[in-house]
Amino acid sequence: MGKHALLIEDEPNITEAIRFILARDGWQVSIHGDGADAVDVVARIAPDIVILDVMLPGRSGYEILDELRAGAATRDLPVLMLTARGQERDRRRAEDAGASRFMTKPFSNSEVLAAMREMVGP
Amino acid sequence: MVPFNILVLACFAYVAFLFLVAFAVERAAGQGRARWLRAPLVYTLSLSVYCTAWTFYGAVGYAARSGLEFATIYLGPTLIFVGWWWILRKLVRIGRAQRVTSIADLISARYGKSNALGVIVTVLALCATTPYIALQLQSIALSFGVFAAGTAGGASAPDADTTALWVAVGLALFTILFGTRHLDANEQHPGVVTAIAVEAVVKLVALLAVGVFVVWVVAGGPGDIIARIEQSPRPEWALQPGRWAGLTFLAAVAIICLPRMFQVTVVENVDERHLATASWAFPLYLFLMTLFVMPIAVVGLEVMPEGANPDLFVLTLPLAFDQGALAMLAFLGGFSAATSMVIVATIALATMLSNHIVMPLWLALARRRGGGGGDMRHLVLRARRLSIIVMIALGYIYYSFTGGSAALAAIGLIAFVGVAQILPALIGGIFWRAATRVGAAAGLGIGFAVWLYALFLPSFGAGVAIPETVMAAGPFGIAWLRPQALFGVEGMDPLLHALMWSLLLNTAAFLVGSLVSFPTPVERVQGAQFVNVFDISGGTQGWGRSVGEAEDLLATAQRVLGAEAAQRFFQQAAADQGKDGFLPDTPPDFIERLERRLAGSVGAATAHAMVAQIVGSSVVTTEDLMAVADETAQIMEYSSQLEAKSEELARTARQLREANRKLTELSEQKDAFLSQISHELRTPMTSIRAFSEILRDAGGLPAEDQHKYATIIHDETIRLTRLLDDLLDLSVLESGRVRLQAEDDNLARLIERALGAANSTAPDRDFVIHRDPVREDIALHTDSGRLTQVFINIIANARKYCDAERPELRIAPRLRDGHVEVDFIDNGTGIPQKQQALIFEKFSRLTDQARAGGAGLGLAICREIMLNLGGDITYIPGQGGAAFRVGFPQTMPAQPHPARADKDEDEDGDADEDAARAADGSAAAVNLP
Repeated sequence: MGKHALLIEDEPNITEAIRFILARDGWQVSIHGDGADAVDVVARIAPDIVILDVMLPGRSGYEILDELRAGAATRDLPVLMLTARGQERDRRRAEDAGASRFMTKPFSNSEVLAAMREMVGP
Repeated sequence: MVPFNILVLACFAYVAFLFLVAFAVERAAGQGRARWLRAPLVYTLSLSVYCTAWTFYGAVGYAARSGLEFATIYLGPTLIFVGWWWILRKLVRIGRAQRVTSIADLISARYGKSNALGVIVTVLALCATTPYIALQLQSIALSFGVFAAGTAGGASAPDADTTALWVAVGLALFTILFGTRHLDANEQHPGVVTAIAVEAVVKLVALLAVGVFVVWVVAGGPGDIIARIEQSPRPEWALQPGRWAGLTFLAAVAIICLPRMFQVTVVENVDERHLATASWAFPLYLFLMTLFVMPIAVVGLEVMPEGANPDLFVLTLPLAFDQGALAMLAFLGGFSAATSMVIVATIALATMLSNHIVMPLWLALARRRGGGGGDMRHLVLRARRLSIIVMIALGYIYYSFTGGSAALAAIGLIAFVGVAQILPALIGGIFWRAATRVGAAAGLGIGFAVWLYALFLPSFGAGVAIPETVMAAGPFGIAWLRPQALFGVEGMDPLLHALMWSLLLNTAAFLVGSLVSFPTPVERVQGAQFVNVFDISGGTQGWGRSVGEAEDLLATAQRVLGAEAAQRFFQQAAADQGKDGFLPDTPPDFIERLERRLAGSVGAATAHAMVAQIVGSSVVTTEDLMAVADETAQIMEYSSQLEAKSEELARTARQLREANRKLTELSEQKDAFLSQISHELRTPMTSIRAFSEILRDAGGLPAEDQHKYATIIHDETIRLTRLLDDLLDLSVLESGRVRLQAEDDNLARLIERALGAANSTAPDRDFVIHRDPVREDIALHTDSGRLTQVFINIIANARKYCDAERPELRIAPRLRDGHVEVDFIDNGTGIPQKQQALIFEKFSRLTDQARAGGAGLGLAICREIMLNLGGDITYIPGQGGAAFRVGFPQTMPAQPHPARADKDEDEDGDADEDAARAADGSAAAVNLP
């Protein structure tokens, strides 16, 4: 059984694409589409890594990350942030919030997989 | 020899003749037929009132006593009329402009309408004129006496005093009858003036007749006379240059300052141009009057017995040669000279007395009694009649007391020095704007006092009015205060001594007093008006004047009230009168209101002066008025300028702040919009890239998955394309460059098409549509394609977002006055009130269902379309569900709706702020197909 990844993303087609490539790479994938209760979901599932979209219904990805970094259990949890906004200030905002990695949509599948392995890999 | 009775009869006949002349002229004047009588010649002859009995009889006596010195009395006036007539012209102009009634009135008016000054001048004139009137009475009494003495039956001739009394009574009657006939006390006296002119002719003819008789009958012609004059070496005839200069100056001053001369020269003047004629004709008259004085004097001294009064040579010479008729003529000439002087002087003095003393006293008493009212004009006339009686009575009393002892000429000169005291204040007043009331009062007061002390009182004789000890040693033994040796100047001719000191101290006090005091506003205005009387174009009359007047008033009011307030005031007044513009008519009630308004700013006195000067018959230049309000006006103008400037600055700052805020907003909107666009483009591209990589890399993918992923790629591509289409559409609509094609259609058909097209959205939902077929039947002429696009959007939205279990949509159209409204109301929960304001903005998402398709541009496009069609789309709250109202004209206007641009600008500010918030992921979207 591979490592556990939690994907927090509201766009169904993108969710499906990421789920597919991670599963094919041997990851165990959980999916959640709402921002409001995302922190609870993380606590409950306790994944090895989180893939977090910025623009979510209910709550922004930045706020979720802030709260994760504030929690003792999730302080060092690897988080890969995805955003459809490619501006420099979005990147800075993500780094300030404590994102382990930051990727702009559209992304290359292989890059996502490489980053995932690098963050939680052996 | 002429019997005394015949003489008296002749006198009566002559007076009756004068009476008739005056009466006829008054009547003609009353009927406006007296123009020929008001000729320059009549004016010139009336000036001969200067030549009194003193001149007629006294000049010969003067010549007999002092030689040619008598000529100075004529030289002074001649110099004035020939070379200095412009002073008289200025006085005449001022007199007419200010409606001056006497010399006291002129001085009073010039110095701020000060009655105190009027009183001083009146008392001075009274003191100087009383002996003069006495002199005339004396001359008449003496001339009667000459005839009485020659009559055998002396019993029938009364004594001189009685004669004088009767003459005085007669003169008083005549003066009252013609000097105070008019109820309007300000009017001139054409009857009197004409009578004076007739008397002037009689005087001249009589004197010339006696002269011709003396030269050609008594003597042997001109050559003989010249020889006789040459052979009369008398020591006292030697020329005294000092006295000559002094007396010439004195006579010149007298012609200006004598109240009776002022009366005929200024007050009775009807036309300024008459002065031009008088400037040569009057000196000529004076020349003729003097022509035979010297011959008569020389012949009289030779022919008449020793001790004969040379003052009466004009009468006694013809009598001595038994020329009764000529003597009678001479007598009438002297009578004319005396009566004309008394009449005019009395009229002039009576005016001054009643205006400056009697009337103010009566008014003060009336006020204390709480009375007042009544007919003022009758009061004025009663005061004048009383004044005339008082004047002549004073003259008679003076005559009785002095007993006619002094030589005629001496009395005349004393009077001259007295009235000369008016000169500094008069000349200063009309040529020097800085002259003040204080200066004038000081000068007049001191001059008057010195004249009384040094000349008038001593003239009664030592020990009569002034004790002999004072005359000899000075008051309290102070030598330098001796009346005829003031300040240690001794041995000088008493007349010249008094003239010098009185005028010197008078002028000094006037100058110093004026320099150390400040003029009141009224004085400043009056001063300017008197000094600049020629700068004012005179005599524009009629209604043209009222416009100029209103303009002047406006100019002044602007300086006092400020331009805006003054213009508002005038404009309002003009509007009340039914006129356009800023220049109303100026009836008294408007003037009063304006004055009250001005008084609020500059005080009542100044306001009154300013308004009165403009509205009065005479006009002060605008510049002068500005000077009056100078301080106030300048300060007010300056402060209002500052105020305007600071207001302008504040306005600019506000505009700048506003512009800055707008720019910042626009910049933020642009960033938010770009960020939003980026997001909307990247999201479908992410799916496309991810799945195309999966399809490319993954071998052995089940065919089912392959198909599924290819379909996603396809759908996302379409979504991208639609997004780009929407953006382009919105851009075209917003720029107003959209091409609309109006065509005839029917609303029912449009709704039908829209419902059909919207069916593809959420096709699995079963919707109940409520329609109103009757009301839907509305013929339209508009771009039906665009309108249908709007309907489809709204219906599709309802299909997607109506959260009712059994969704329904009601479509309610109505037509009113060519304006169509279509309401689309579903039965869901509707849109929260907070978000109703921003649903028409770009990328506003109310739900998280982005995947429902569209990019949140649908309603924004709808609004743009409706604005382009000349209509609008609004959300109507409180309908139980989501409710949109689409309103548009039945026939599309040729031009896009003019409100479009404004509306855009108004709403963008708030909307994009919300859009930015929505972009942050917290809001959701109303998605459109």
